[in-house]
Amino acid sequence: MLNLFASLGAWGMESLTRLGRAHLLLFPLLRGLLDILRRPRLLVDQLYSVGVLTILIIAVAGLFVGMVLGLQGYNVLSRFGGETALGFMVAASLVRELGPVLTALLFAGRAGSALTAEIGLMKATEQLSGLEMMAVNPEHRVLAPRFFAGLVSVPLLAAIFSCLGVLGGWMVGGGLLGVDQAAFWNGMQEGIDFHDDVVNGVIKSVVFGFVCTWIAVFQGYDCLPTSEGVSRATTRTVVHSSLAVLGLDFVLTALMFG
Amino acid sequence: METMQQSATESDRSLVRIRGLRFRRGERWIFDGLDIDIPRDRITAIMGPSGTGKTTLLKLIGGQLVPDEGTVEVDGQNVHALSTAELYRLRMRMGMLFQSGALLTDLSVFENVAFPLREHTRLTESMIRKLVLLKLEAVGLRGARDLMPSQLSGGMARRVALARAIALDPMMIMYDEPFTGQDPISMGVLVQLIRQLNDAAHLTSIMVSHDVAETLQIADRVYVISDGRVVESGTPEQLGEGGSDWTRQFINGLPDGPVPFHYPAPALSEDLLEGAQC
Repeated sequence: MLNLFASLGAWGMESLTRLGRAHLLLFPLLRGLLDILRRPRLLVDQLYSVGVLTILIIAVAGLFVGMVLGLQGYNVLSRFGGETALGFMVAASLVRELGPVLTALLFAGRAGSALTAEIGLMKATEQLSGLEMMAVNPEHRVLAPRFFAGLVSVPLLAAIFSCLGVLGGWMVGGGLLGVDQAAFWNGMQEGIDFHDDVVNGVIKSVVFGFVCTWIAVFQGYDCLPTSEGVSRATTRTVVHSSLAVLGLDFVLTALMFG
Repeated sequence: METMQQSATESDRSLVRIRGLRFRRGERWIFDGLDIDIPRDRITAIMGPSGTGKTTLLKLIGGQLVPDEGTVEVDGQNVHALSTAELYRLRMRMGMLFQSGALLTDLSVFENVAFPLREHTRLTESMIRKLVLLKLEAVGLRGARDLMPSQLSGGMARRVALARAIALDPMMIMYDEPFTGQDPISMGVLVQLIRQLNDAAHLTSIMVSHDVAETLQIADRVYVISDGRVVESGTPEQLGEGGSDWTRQFINGLPDGPVPFHYPAPALSEDLLEGAQC
Protein backbone atom coordinates (compact mmCIF):
# COMPACT_ATOMS: atom_id res chain seq x y z
CA MET A 1 0.00 0.00 0.00
CA LEU A 2 2.83 2.36 0.95
CA ASN A 3 4.55 1.49 -2.30
CA LEU A 4 1.42 2.52 -4.17
CA PHE A 5 1.38 5.93 -2.46
CA ALA A 6 5.13 6.30 -3.06
CA SER A 7 4.66 5.52 -6.77
CA LEU A 8 1.72 7.91 -7.02
CA GLY A 9 3.75 10.62 -5.28
CA ALA A 10 6.74 10.07 -7.57
CA TRP A 11 4.45 10.19 -10.63
CA GLY A 12 2.83 13.39 -9.34
CA MET A 13 6.18 15.05 -8.71
CA GLU A 14 7.49 14.02 -12.12
CA SER A 15 4.34 15.35 -13.81
CA LEU A 16 4.57 18.67 -11.96
CA THR A 17 8.25 18.99 -12.85
CA ARG A 18 7.48 18.39 -16.52
CA LEU A 19 4.67 20.93 -16.38
CA GLY A 20 7.09 23.44 -14.87
CA ARG A 21 9.66 22.77 -17.59
CA ALA A 22 6.95 23.19 -20.25
CA HIS A 23 5.99 26.59 -18.82
CA LEU A 24 9.63 27.69 -18.59
CA LEU A 25 10.02 26.87 -22.29
CA LEU A 26 7.36 29.46 -23.13
CA PHE A 27 9.70 32.36 -22.29
CA PRO A 28 12.42 31.50 -24.85
CA LEU A 29 9.69 30.64 -27.37
CA LEU A 30 8.18 34.10 -27.01
CA ARG A 31 11.64 35.72 -27.10
CA GLY A 32 12.23 33.82 -30.33
CA LEU A 33 9.60 36.07 -31.92
CA LEU A 34 12.31 38.77 -32.19
CA ASP A 35 14.44 36.45 -34.33
CA ILE A 36 11.41 35.68 -36.49
CA LEU A 37 10.68 39.37 -37.01
CA ARG A 38 14.30 39.88 -38.11
CA ARG A 39 14.22 36.82 -40.39
CA PRO A 40 10.63 36.07 -41.46
CA ARG A 41 11.94 33.35 -43.79
CA LEU A 42 12.28 31.06 -40.72
CA LEU A 43 8.52 31.33 -40.14
CA VAL A 44 7.59 31.04 -43.81
CA ASP A 45 9.48 27.72 -44.16
CA GLN A 46 7.68 26.29 -41.15
CA LEU A 47 4.29 27.63 -42.26
CA TYR A 48 4.75 25.49 -45.33
CA SER A 49 5.65 22.24 -43.54
CA VAL A 50 3.30 22.73 -40.59
CA GLY A 51 0.37 24.47 -42.28
CA VAL A 52 0.34 24.02 -46.05
CA LEU A 53 1.10 20.30 -45.93
CA THR A 54 -1.81 19.82 -43.52
CA ILE A 55 -4.37 21.50 -45.81
CA LEU A 56 -5.27 18.34 -47.72
CA ILE A 57 -6.29 16.25 -44.71
CA ILE A 58 -8.17 19.23 -43.24
CA ALA A 59 -10.00 19.93 -46.51
CA VAL A 60 -11.05 16.32 -47.07
CA ALA A 61 -12.11 15.88 -43.44
CA GLY A 62 -14.06 19.17 -43.50
CA LEU A 63 -15.90 18.19 -46.66
CA PHE A 64 -16.94 14.79 -45.29
CA VAL A 65 -17.95 16.16 -41.88
CA GLY A 66 -20.09 18.79 -43.61
CA MET A 67 -21.73 16.12 -45.79
CA VAL A 68 -22.54 13.99 -42.73
CA LEU A 69 -23.94 17.05 -40.93
CA GLY A 70 -26.11 17.82 -43.95
CA LEU A 71 -27.46 14.29 -44.05
CA GLN A 72 -28.07 13.90 -40.32
CA GLY A 73 -29.38 17.45 -39.97
CA TYR A 74 -31.85 16.94 -42.79
CA ASN A 75 -33.14 13.68 -41.24
CA VAL A 76 -33.79 15.38 -37.89
CA LEU A 77 -35.06 18.74 -39.17
CA SER A 78 -37.38 17.24 -41.79
CA ARG A 79 -39.38 15.52 -39.00
CA PHE A 80 -40.42 18.96 -37.79
CA GLY A 81 -40.62 20.57 -41.21
CA GLY A 82 -37.56 22.66 -40.46
CA GLU A 83 -35.34 21.74 -43.44
CA THR A 84 -34.87 25.42 -44.19
CA ALA A 85 -32.79 25.73 -41.02
CA LEU A 86 -30.29 23.18 -42.35
CA GLY A 87 -27.83 25.86 -43.53
CA PHE A 88 -27.81 27.55 -40.12
CA MET A 89 -27.44 24.23 -38.30
CA VAL A 90 -24.51 23.06 -40.44
CA ALA A 91 -22.70 26.41 -40.26
CA ALA A 92 -23.25 26.92 -36.52
CA SER A 93 -22.04 23.38 -35.72
CA LEU A 94 -18.92 23.88 -37.81
CA VAL A 95 -17.98 27.43 -36.85
CA ARG A 96 -18.67 27.09 -33.14
CA GLU A 97 -17.51 23.55 -32.42
CA LEU A 98 -16.50 21.06 -35.05
CA GLY A 99 -14.25 23.35 -37.07
CA PRO A 100 -11.88 24.37 -34.27
CA VAL A 101 -12.03 21.05 -32.38
CA LEU A 102 -11.63 18.62 -35.28
CA THR A 103 -8.99 20.81 -36.93
CA ALA A 104 -6.98 20.84 -33.69
CA LEU A 105 -7.30 17.05 -33.30
CA LEU A 106 -6.25 16.44 -36.91
CA PHE A 107 -3.44 19.00 -36.56
CA ALA A 108 -2.15 17.22 -33.45
CA GLY A 109 -2.17 13.88 -35.26
CA ARG A 110 -0.58 15.09 -38.47
CA ALA A 111 1.60 18.14 -37.78
CA GLY A 112 2.02 17.90 -33.97
CA SER A 113 3.38 14.37 -34.06
CA ALA A 114 5.67 15.30 -36.97
CA LEU A 115 6.99 18.31 -35.03
CA THR A 116 7.72 16.18 -31.96
CA ALA A 117 9.44 13.48 -34.00
CA GLU A 118 11.52 16.01 -35.93
CA ILE A 119 12.69 17.91 -32.85
CA GLY A 120 13.23 14.67 -30.91
CA LEU A 121 15.36 13.22 -33.69
CA MET A 122 17.34 16.46 -33.93
CA LYS A 123 18.04 16.03 -30.22
CA ALA A 124 18.92 12.34 -30.54
CA THR A 125 21.33 13.02 -33.42
CA GLU A 126 23.01 15.89 -31.50
CA GLN A 127 21.84 18.51 -34.02
CA LEU A 128 20.46 20.68 -31.22
CA SER A 129 23.70 20.34 -29.24
CA GLY A 130 25.55 21.16 -32.44
CA LEU A 131 23.55 24.37 -32.81
CA GLU A 132 24.31 25.34 -29.21
CA MET A 133 28.02 24.83 -29.81
CA MET A 134 27.78 26.96 -32.96
CA ALA A 135 26.45 29.73 -30.67
CA VAL A 136 22.96 29.39 -32.13
CA ASN A 137 20.12 29.11 -29.63
CA PRO A 138 18.01 26.10 -30.71
CA GLU A 139 15.01 27.41 -28.75
CA HIS A 140 15.00 30.55 -30.91
CA ARG A 141 16.20 29.01 -34.17
CA VAL A 142 14.36 25.66 -34.20
CA LEU A 143 11.51 25.71 -31.68
CA ALA A 144 10.13 29.26 -31.92
CA PRO A 145 9.49 29.28 -35.72
CA ARG A 146 7.66 25.94 -35.43
CA PHE A 147 5.64 27.19 -32.45
CA PHE A 148 4.50 30.38 -34.18
CA ALA A 149 3.83 28.52 -37.43
CA GLY A 150 1.42 26.25 -35.54
CA LEU A 151 -0.16 29.21 -33.80
CA VAL A 152 -0.84 30.92 -37.13
CA SER A 153 -1.78 27.77 -39.06
CA VAL A 154 -4.49 26.28 -36.85
CA PRO A 155 -7.00 29.20 -37.10
CA LEU A 156 -6.48 29.32 -40.87
CA LEU A 157 -6.89 25.55 -41.16
CA ALA A 158 -10.04 25.75 -39.00
CA ALA A 159 -11.43 28.36 -41.40
CA ILE A 160 -10.72 26.06 -44.36
CA PHE A 161 -12.32 23.16 -42.48
CA SER A 162 -15.49 25.17 -41.75
CA CYS A 163 -15.77 26.56 -45.31
CA LEU A 164 -15.44 23.13 -46.91
CA GLY A 165 -17.78 21.70 -44.28
CA VAL A 166 -20.46 24.23 -45.26
CA LEU A 167 -19.84 23.33 -48.89
CA GLY A 168 -20.25 19.62 -48.06
CA GLY A 169 -23.49 20.33 -46.17
CA TRP A 170 -24.81 22.33 -49.13
CA MET A 171 -23.83 19.59 -51.62
CA VAL A 172 -25.85 17.00 -49.66
CA GLY A 173 -28.70 19.26 -48.45
CA GLY A 174 -29.13 21.49 -51.47
CA GLY A 175 -27.84 19.14 -54.14
CA LEU A 176 -28.97 15.64 -53.18
CA LEU A 177 -31.85 16.10 -50.74
CA GLY A 178 -33.57 19.02 -52.43
CA VAL A 179 -33.50 21.63 -49.66
CA ASP A 180 -34.35 25.06 -51.05
CA GLN A 181 -31.02 26.72 -51.88
CA ALA A 182 -32.12 30.25 -51.02
CA ALA A 183 -33.47 29.07 -47.65
CA PHE A 184 -30.22 27.20 -47.00
CA TRP A 185 -28.00 30.27 -47.54
CA ASN A 186 -30.44 32.82 -46.06
CA GLY A 187 -30.87 30.76 -42.90
CA MET A 188 -27.11 30.64 -42.52
CA GLN A 189 -26.68 34.36 -43.17
CA GLU A 190 -29.38 35.39 -40.71
CA GLY A 191 -28.62 32.83 -38.03
CA ILE A 192 -24.84 33.16 -37.75
CA ASP A 193 -23.75 36.02 -35.52
CA PHE A 194 -20.29 37.40 -36.31
CA HIS A 195 -19.29 37.97 -32.70
CA ASP A 196 -20.98 35.03 -30.98
CA ASP A 197 -20.15 32.42 -33.58
CA VAL A 198 -17.27 33.47 -35.82
CA VAL A 199 -15.12 35.40 -33.33
CA ASN A 200 -15.62 32.82 -30.60
CA GLY A 201 -14.72 30.07 -33.06
CA VAL A 202 -11.55 31.92 -34.02
CA ILE A 203 -10.64 32.41 -30.34
CA LYS A 204 -11.09 28.68 -29.77
CA SER A 205 -8.87 27.75 -32.71
CA VAL A 206 -6.15 30.20 -31.59
CA VAL A 207 -6.18 28.65 -28.10
CA PHE A 208 -6.11 25.12 -29.53
CA GLY A 209 -3.30 26.04 -31.92
CA PHE A 210 -1.27 27.47 -29.05
CA VAL A 211 -1.78 24.41 -26.84
CA CYS A 212 -1.24 21.76 -29.53
CA THR A 213 1.95 23.33 -30.88
CA TRP A 214 3.30 24.08 -27.41
CA ILE A 215 2.77 20.44 -26.38
CA ALA A 216 4.34 19.14 -29.62
CA VAL A 217 7.40 21.38 -29.38
CA PHE A 218 7.92 20.70 -25.68
CA GLN A 219 7.56 16.92 -26.01
CA GLY A 220 10.17 16.85 -28.78
CA TYR A 221 12.59 19.09 -26.88
CA ASP A 222 12.13 17.26 -23.57
CA CYS A 223 12.18 13.67 -24.84
CA LEU A 224 14.83 11.10 -24.06
CA PRO A 225 17.32 11.20 -26.96
CA THR A 226 16.72 7.58 -27.97
CA SER A 227 14.45 5.96 -30.54
CA GLU A 228 12.16 4.73 -27.75
CA GLY A 229 12.16 8.19 -26.15
CA VAL A 230 11.15 9.87 -29.43
CA SER A 231 8.45 7.26 -30.03
CA ARG A 232 6.96 7.80 -26.56
CA ALA A 233 7.12 11.57 -26.92
CA THR A 234 5.26 11.39 -30.24
CA THR A 235 2.51 9.31 -28.65
CA ARG A 236 2.32 11.71 -25.69
CA THR A 237 1.93 14.64 -28.08
CA VAL A 238 -1.17 13.15 -29.71
CA VAL A 239 -2.72 11.96 -26.43
CA HIS A 240 -2.02 15.12 -24.41
CA SER A 241 -3.05 17.44 -27.26
CA SER A 242 -6.32 15.58 -27.86
CA LEU A 243 -7.26 15.58 -24.18
CA ALA A 244 -6.24 19.23 -23.76
CA VAL A 245 -8.33 20.27 -26.79
CA LEU A 246 -11.43 18.41 -25.62
CA GLY A 247 -11.08 19.67 -22.04
CA LEU A 248 -10.41 23.26 -23.07
CA ASP A 249 -13.30 23.12 -25.54
CA PHE A 250 -15.69 22.47 -22.66
CA VAL A 251 -14.20 25.31 -20.59
CA LEU A 252 -14.26 27.78 -23.50
CA THR A 253 -17.77 26.77 -24.55
CA ALA A 254 -18.99 27.26 -20.97
CA LEU A 255 -17.37 30.71 -20.85
CA MET A 256 -18.62 31.79 -24.28
CA PHE A 257 -22.07 30.28 -24.52
CA GLY A 258 -22.83 29.08 -20.99
CA MET B 1 61.80 24.83 -7.84
CA GLU B 2 62.51 24.82 -11.56
CA THR B 3 59.82 22.19 -12.11
CA MET B 4 57.31 24.29 -10.20
CA GLN B 5 58.17 27.37 -12.26
CA GLN B 6 57.87 25.36 -15.48
CA SER B 7 54.47 24.04 -14.34
CA ALA B 8 53.29 27.58 -13.49
CA THR B 9 54.38 28.83 -16.92
CA GLU B 10 52.60 25.97 -18.66
CA SER B 11 49.46 26.75 -16.68
CA ASP B 12 49.68 30.43 -17.69
CA ARG B 13 49.98 29.46 -21.35
CA SER B 14 46.99 27.17 -21.11
CA LEU B 15 43.93 27.97 -23.19
CA VAL B 16 41.73 25.80 -20.98
CA ARG B 17 42.27 25.49 -17.22
CA ILE B 18 40.15 23.06 -15.23
CA ARG B 19 40.46 23.17 -11.46
CA GLY B 20 38.82 20.99 -8.82
CA LEU B 21 36.04 19.94 -11.18
CA ARG B 22 33.31 17.86 -9.56
CA PHE B 23 30.27 16.71 -11.51
CA ARG B 24 27.72 14.02 -10.82
CA ARG B 25 24.81 12.33 -12.53
CA GLY B 26 22.32 11.15 -9.95
CA GLU B 27 24.30 9.63 -7.10
CA ARG B 28 27.35 8.82 -9.23
CA TRP B 29 30.30 11.21 -9.32
CA ILE B 30 31.59 11.41 -12.88
CA PHE B 31 34.42 13.81 -11.93
CA ASP B 32 35.74 14.11 -8.44
CA GLY B 33 38.38 16.82 -8.29
CA LEU B 34 39.66 16.97 -11.87
CA ASP B 35 42.60 19.29 -12.72
CA ILE B 36 43.57 19.67 -16.37
CA ASP B 37 45.55 22.26 -18.38
CA ILE B 38 45.11 22.36 -22.15
CA PRO B 39 48.10 24.11 -23.75
CA ARG B 40 47.61 26.50 -26.67
CA ASP B 41 48.44 25.46 -30.25
CA ARG B 42 48.74 21.80 -29.28
CA ILE B 43 46.68 18.65 -29.62
CA THR B 44 45.70 17.38 -26.21
CA ALA B 45 44.08 13.98 -25.95
CA ILE B 46 41.77 12.98 -23.13
CA MET B 47 41.69 9.21 -22.92
CA GLY B 48 40.00 6.69 -20.74
CA PRO B 49 37.67 3.72 -20.85
CA SER B 50 34.04 4.03 -21.98
CA GLY B 51 31.78 5.66 -19.43
CA THR B 52 34.47 7.74 -17.73
CA GLY B 53 32.81 10.99 -18.81
CA LYS B 54 35.07 12.09 -21.66
CA THR B 55 32.19 13.52 -23.70
CA THR B 56 30.75 15.04 -20.51
CA LEU B 57 34.06 16.85 -20.03
CA LEU B 58 33.77 18.44 -23.49
CA LYS B 59 30.22 19.55 -22.67
CA LEU B 60 31.48 21.09 -19.43
CA ILE B 61 34.21 22.96 -21.32
CA GLY B 62 31.63 24.16 -23.86
CA GLY B 63 29.27 25.32 -21.12
CA GLN B 64 26.51 22.88 -22.09
CA LEU B 65 26.68 21.32 -18.63
CA VAL B 66 27.26 23.04 -15.31
CA PRO B 67 29.65 21.49 -12.76
CA ASP B 68 28.69 20.90 -9.14
CA GLU B 69 32.02 22.36 -8.00
CA GLY B 70 35.21 23.71 -9.51
CA THR B 71 35.97 26.00 -12.42
CA VAL B 72 36.51 25.70 -16.15
CA GLU B 73 38.36 28.64 -17.69
CA VAL B 74 38.65 29.08 -21.45
CA ASP B 75 40.99 31.85 -22.60
CA GLY B 76 40.85 33.34 -19.12
CA GLN B 77 37.04 33.36 -18.86
CA ASN B 78 35.22 31.26 -16.31
CA VAL B 79 32.77 29.50 -18.64
CA HIS B 80 30.10 28.95 -16.01
CA ALA B 81 30.15 32.51 -14.70
CA LEU B 82 29.39 34.02 -18.10
CA SER B 83 26.02 35.40 -19.13
CA THR B 84 24.24 33.62 -21.99
CA ALA B 85 25.31 36.32 -24.47
CA GLU B 86 28.95 36.12 -23.29
CA LEU B 87 28.88 32.32 -23.44
CA TYR B 88 27.56 32.43 -27.02
CA ARG B 89 30.30 34.92 -27.96
CA LEU B 90 32.89 32.53 -26.51
CA ARG B 91 31.35 29.58 -28.37
CA MET B 92 31.79 31.44 -31.64
CA ARG B 93 35.52 31.02 -31.00
CA MET B 94 35.15 27.29 -30.29
CA GLY B 95 34.44 24.50 -32.73
CA MET B 96 33.16 21.08 -31.85
CA LEU B 97 33.15 17.91 -33.85
CA PHE B 98 30.46 15.60 -32.53
CA GLN B 99 30.74 11.83 -32.65
CA SER B 100 27.74 11.64 -34.98
CA GLY B 101 28.78 14.69 -37.02
CA ALA B 102 25.55 16.46 -35.96
CA LEU B 103 25.01 17.82 -39.47
CA LEU B 104 21.65 19.49 -40.05
CA THR B 105 19.87 16.84 -42.08
CA ASP B 106 17.61 19.22 -43.99
CA LEU B 107 20.56 21.20 -45.40
CA SER B 108 23.05 20.21 -48.10
CA VAL B 109 26.77 19.88 -47.40
CA PHE B 110 27.33 23.41 -48.73
CA GLU B 111 24.55 24.90 -46.60
CA ASN B 112 25.77 23.05 -43.49
CA VAL B 113 29.22 24.62 -43.80
CA ALA B 114 27.71 27.99 -44.67
CA PHE B 115 25.34 27.83 -41.69
CA PRO B 116 27.61 29.42 -39.02
CA LEU B 117 28.73 32.07 -41.52
CA ARG B 118 25.14 33.00 -42.33
CA GLU B 119 24.20 33.05 -38.65
CA HIS B 120 27.09 35.09 -37.31
CA THR B 121 28.47 37.23 -40.12
CA ARG B 122 27.14 39.73 -42.63
CA LEU B 123 29.33 38.49 -45.46
CA THR B 124 28.08 38.72 -49.01
CA GLU B 125 26.80 35.58 -50.70
CA SER B 126 29.81 35.46 -53.02
CA MET B 127 32.21 35.71 -50.06
CA ILE B 128 30.32 32.96 -48.21
CA ARG B 129 30.54 30.76 -51.30
CA LYS B 130 34.31 31.27 -51.55
CA LEU B 131 34.86 30.56 -47.87
CA VAL B 132 32.69 27.44 -47.90
CA LEU B 133 34.48 26.07 -50.96
CA LEU B 134 37.85 26.72 -49.31
CA LYS B 135 36.80 24.97 -46.11
CA LEU B 136 35.44 22.02 -48.08
CA GLU B 137 38.64 21.93 -50.14
CA ALA B 138 40.61 21.70 -46.88
CA VAL B 139 38.77 18.51 -45.94
CA GLY B 140 38.79 17.16 -49.51
CA LEU B 141 35.03 17.35 -50.09
CA ARG B 142 34.59 20.37 -52.38
CA GLY B 143 33.11 18.00 -54.97
CA ALA B 144 30.48 16.77 -52.50
CA ARG B 145 29.01 20.21 -51.80
CA ASP B 146 25.62 19.45 -53.33
CA LEU B 147 25.09 16.14 -51.50
CA MET B 148 22.70 15.81 -48.58
CA PRO B 149 23.96 14.43 -45.23
CA SER B 150 22.03 11.18 -45.82
CA GLN B 151 24.15 10.58 -48.93
CA LEU B 152 27.46 10.77 -47.02
CA SER B 153 29.45 7.95 -45.45
CA GLY B 154 30.31 8.25 -41.75
CA GLY B 155 33.83 9.44 -42.51
CA MET B 156 32.62 12.01 -45.05
CA ALA B 157 30.01 13.31 -42.59
CA ARG B 158 32.72 13.90 -40.01
CA ARG B 159 34.89 15.72 -42.53
CA VAL B 160 31.96 17.97 -43.46
CA ALA B 161 31.35 18.56 -39.75
CA LEU B 162 35.04 19.44 -39.42
CA ALA B 163 34.74 21.94 -42.28
CA ARG B 164 31.72 23.47 -40.51
CA ALA B 165 33.60 23.54 -37.18
CA ILE B 166 36.42 25.60 -38.73
CA ALA B 167 34.11 27.87 -40.74
CA LEU B 168 34.43 30.76 -38.29
CA ASP B 169 38.19 30.19 -37.79
CA PRO B 170 37.90 29.27 -34.11
CA MET B 171 40.74 29.38 -31.58
CA MET B 172 40.06 25.78 -30.48
CA ILE B 173 38.31 22.65 -31.65
CA MET B 174 36.97 19.84 -29.49
CA TYR B 175 36.80 16.41 -31.10
CA ASP B 176 34.43 13.87 -29.59
CA GLU B 177 35.58 10.34 -30.50
CA PRO B 178 36.60 11.35 -34.04
CA PHE B 179 37.80 7.86 -35.03
CA THR B 180 34.97 5.69 -33.72
CA GLY B 181 33.46 3.40 -36.35
CA GLN B 182 35.78 4.53 -39.14
CA ASP B 183 37.42 2.28 -41.72
CA PRO B 184 41.25 2.42 -41.89
CA ILE B 185 41.28 4.87 -44.83
CA SER B 186 38.80 7.29 -43.23
CA MET B 187 40.71 7.01 -39.97
CA GLY B 188 43.99 7.83 -41.70
CA VAL B 189 42.37 10.81 -43.43
CA LEU B 190 40.96 12.14 -40.17
CA VAL B 191 44.28 11.69 -38.33
CA GLN B 192 46.06 13.64 -41.04
CA LEU B 193 43.38 16.34 -41.19
CA ILE B 194 43.35 16.96 -37.46
CA ARG B 195 47.13 17.33 -37.35
CA GLN B 196 47.32 19.53 -40.45
CA LEU B 197 44.48 21.81 -39.41
CA ASN B 198 45.95 22.21 -35.96
CA ASP B 199 49.37 23.16 -37.29
CA ALA B 200 48.24 25.28 -40.24
CA ALA B 201 45.65 27.35 -38.37
CA HIS B 202 47.46 27.37 -34.98
CA LEU B 203 44.45 25.82 -33.34
CA THR B 204 44.20 24.33 -29.90
CA SER B 205 42.72 20.88 -30.20
CA ILE B 206 41.12 18.79 -27.48
CA MET B 207 40.49 15.24 -28.57
CA VAL B 208 38.47 12.75 -26.59
CA SER B 209 39.09 9.21 -27.70
CA HIS B 210 39.76 5.63 -26.71
CA ASP B 211 41.40 4.74 -30.00
CA VAL B 212 44.88 4.46 -28.53
CA ALA B 213 47.11 4.04 -31.58
CA GLU B 214 45.60 6.87 -33.64
CA THR B 215 45.40 9.23 -30.70
CA LEU B 216 48.97 8.69 -29.54
CA GLN B 217 50.12 9.16 -33.14
CA ILE B 218 49.04 12.81 -33.28
CA ALA B 219 48.63 14.00 -29.68
CA ASP B 220 51.20 16.34 -28.14
CA ARG B 221 49.95 15.71 -24.63
CA VAL B 222 47.73 13.01 -23.16
CA TYR B 223 45.56 12.91 -20.06
CA VAL B 224 44.27 9.52 -18.98
CA ILE B 225 41.21 9.72 -16.74
CA SER B 226 39.53 7.05 -14.71
CA ASP B 227 37.12 7.09 -11.76
CA GLY B 228 36.68 10.83 -12.09
CA ARG B 229 40.34 11.78 -11.78
CA VAL B 230 43.44 12.15 -13.91
CA VAL B 231 45.44 8.96 -13.39
CA GLU B 232 48.26 9.75 -15.82
CA SER B 233 49.41 12.63 -17.98
CA GLY B 234 52.35 13.46 -20.19
CA THR B 235 53.59 13.14 -23.73
CA PRO B 236 52.75 9.94 -25.64
CA GLU B 237 56.38 8.85 -25.21
CA GLN B 238 56.23 9.35 -21.44
CA LEU B 239 53.05 7.32 -21.24
CA GLY B 240 54.57 4.53 -23.32
CA GLU B 241 57.74 4.35 -21.21
CA GLY B 242 56.41 4.51 -17.69
CA GLY B 243 52.98 4.73 -16.23
CA SER B 244 51.00 2.61 -13.83
CA ASP B 245 49.83 -0.96 -14.41
CA TRP B 246 46.37 0.43 -15.15
CA THR B 247 47.70 2.82 -17.83
CA ARG B 248 49.83 0.06 -19.41
CA GLN B 249 46.77 -2.22 -19.53
CA PHE B 250 44.72 0.55 -21.18
CA ILE B 251 47.39 1.65 -23.66
CA ASN B 252 48.30 -1.90 -24.68
CA GLY B 253 44.70 -3.16 -24.68
CA LEU B 254 45.44 -6.09 -22.34
CA PRO B 255 42.35 -8.16 -21.51
CA ASP B 256 43.30 -8.69 -17.87
CA GLY B 257 45.06 -6.61 -15.26
CA PRO B 258 44.00 -3.98 -12.74
CA VAL B 259 40.73 -3.85 -14.70
CA PRO B 260 39.75 -7.53 -14.35
CA PHE B 261 38.40 -9.63 -17.21
CA HIS B 262 35.72 -11.14 -14.93
CA TYR B 263 32.88 -9.14 -13.49
CA PRO B 264 32.90 -9.68 -9.68
CA ALA B 265 31.17 -13.01 -8.90
CA PRO B 266 31.42 -15.93 -6.45
CA ALA B 267 33.77 -18.79 -7.37
CA LEU B 268 32.70 -20.77 -10.44
CA SER B 269 32.68 -24.07 -8.44
CA GLU B 270 30.26 -22.54 -5.91
CA ASP B 271 27.91 -21.37 -8.67
CA LEU B 272 28.02 -24.77 -10.42
CA LEU B 273 27.42 -26.72 -7.21
CA GLU B 274 24.52 -24.44 -6.30
CA GLY B 275 22.94 -25.22 -9.67
CA ALA B 276 23.42 -28.95 -9.16
CA GLN B 277 21.56 -28.86 -5.83
CA CYS B 278 18.45 -27.27 -7.37
